Amino acid sequence: MKVLVPVKRVIDPYVRPRVKPDGSGVDLANIKMAMNPFCEIAVEEAVRMKEKGLVTGEIVLVSIGPAQAQETIRVGLAMGADRGILVQTDAPVEPLAVAKILAKIVETEKPDLVITGKQAIDDDANQTGQMLAALLGWPQGAFASALAREADRLKVTREVDGGLQTVSLELPAVVTTDLRLNEPRFASLPNIMKAKKKPIDTKTPGDFGVDITPRLSVVKVAEPKKREAGEKVADVDTLIAKLKSAGAI
Amino acid sequence: MAVLVFAEHTNAALNEATSKTVSAASAIGGDVHVLVAGHNAQAAAAAASRLTGVAKVIHVEGAAFSHALAEAVEALVVPMMSGYDAFLAPATTTGKNIAPRIAARLDVMQVSEITAVIDASTFERPIYAGNAILTVRSNDARKVITVRTTAFRDAGSTGSAPIETAPAPAGPFKSLFVAEELQKSDRPELASAKRVVSGGRALASAEQFNQVILPLADKLQAGVGASRAAVDAGYAPNDYQVGQTGKVVAPELYVAIGISGAIQHLAGMKDSKVIVAINKDEEAPIFQIADYGLVGDLFKIVPELTAKL
Repeated sequence: MKVLVPVKRVIDPYVRPRVKPDGSGVDLANIKMAMNPFCEIAVEEAVRMKEKGLVTGEIVLVSIGPAQAQETIRVGLAMGADRGILVQTDAPVEPLAVAKILAKIVETEKPDLVITGKQAIDDDANQTGQMLAALLGWPQGAFASALAREADRLKVTREVDGGLQTVSLELPAVVTTDLRLNEPRFASLPNIMKAKKKPIDTKTPGDFGVDITPRLSVVKVAEPKKREAGEKVADVDTLIAKLKSAGAI
Repeated sequence: MAVLVFAEHTNAALNEATSKTVSAASAIGGDVHVLVAGHNAQAAAAAASRLTGVAKVIHVEGAAFSHALAEAVEALVVPMMSGYDAFLAPATTTGKNIAPRIAARLDVMQVSEITAVIDASTFERPIYAGNAILTVRSNDARKVITVRTTAFRDAGSTGSAPIETAPAPAGPFKSLFVAEELQKSDRPELASAKRVVSGGRALASAEQFNQVILPLADKLQAGVGASRAAVDAGYAPNDYQVGQTGKVVAPELYVAIGISGAIQHLAGMKDSKVIVAINKDEEAPIFQIADYGLVGDLFKIVPELTAKL
């Protein structure tokens, strides 16, 4: 079994994003960037499957983005992936275009499984994995919290609103990761050094014949409405009285 | 103009998320049709026909639809979309699972988790975990949209739309339902509860979470939530998680107990009507958005509050 894992370079999850004063977007100049946390979980799962012998083929990472997305691929290579493909562009690429590029890469790489993060923490779209599955005509296990191989199928436990749902997928398939699937490792220094020698191919969206012209136009980006801090109350009795007069209880 | 709304339901009943999605569909305009795909879902179809603003209910029966598997729903909806300008689903785990499949097959870029309809092509949606609000215009001829249900009202139930039946697509599909393990509880469901009591890492153990949080929730007839820190530490199950990556709630009353107020958590509850924070750290960020804050030991305060209510 061979696995493809797309990884996205996003704002570091511990950095607070600031809206640009002109309302054109979020200011990413000189902001610390990192691998999308859900993508990290995807890489970790692929590496664990390889360590357990479930994956005997390669783990191939793909990142679509600027030249610096190569650093994001290196992080995944240091975690244990085998090689990378950078589809380099400075233009914004929407999930639909990402899915189309990934579908083309799947045609040539022929993985048995694609593991994506369930959403990126910048655009919060939660679309790419499901779109890729649809374009390929593959089944999907979205928001996975556990994976198990069963003969020629994959059993996926999914985090759903009321609890957990388990589905059985024909392979090849697409899985998207939820938080509980695993806890990603930190790459060791020797592995970081080793990752520097692992190959990364550089391509462009044009190499795949995919038109990445955005379908959505940004009208504006604004700060959310601020909520005013209320009052501190002295004790439980005051709290109950306040809640009663506010009609909350 | 016509809009197709995907109904979320349990076959026996319609989920409240459907009613809110119908509200969003009505704001877009045109005829609103509701698709109820299920297994023995007559009751859900009947409930959908009563929603205000619905012009028609399309009821499709099939075993593959009993759990809304994405592959089967895609096969059903994609051919139907030739008659519609927009497809709307609630941004629940069900809607998020299926809508992008339909969008990709229609070659449409989906607009996820809208919180407001500006016009038939322009919508607001939160990005960066709610730290920014994007106003976005879709240039696709057809729209595929998921709806953050806490941002829209119930549609009301003054309608009496006709119910048509339609055939199910032939299987088999490439995914099979195996099992479902749903939390059984007499408490209101977190996502739609009018009141929510949430616990954080300060509860320090699953036992104490249960001993302190649950009696207050029962007294208030509230749903139970938790911060990601409490979930990660194993004090509460994952489906209790309130936050950007968990559930987004907007109840009448939200009581945050031992929750410091990470951005991640605030994104999931800051639209609640009244927020109460109980925390021993008076500098905790949760107090910056709370209507009423009580600084002190939650293990003393919460039992006292439970007793006095």
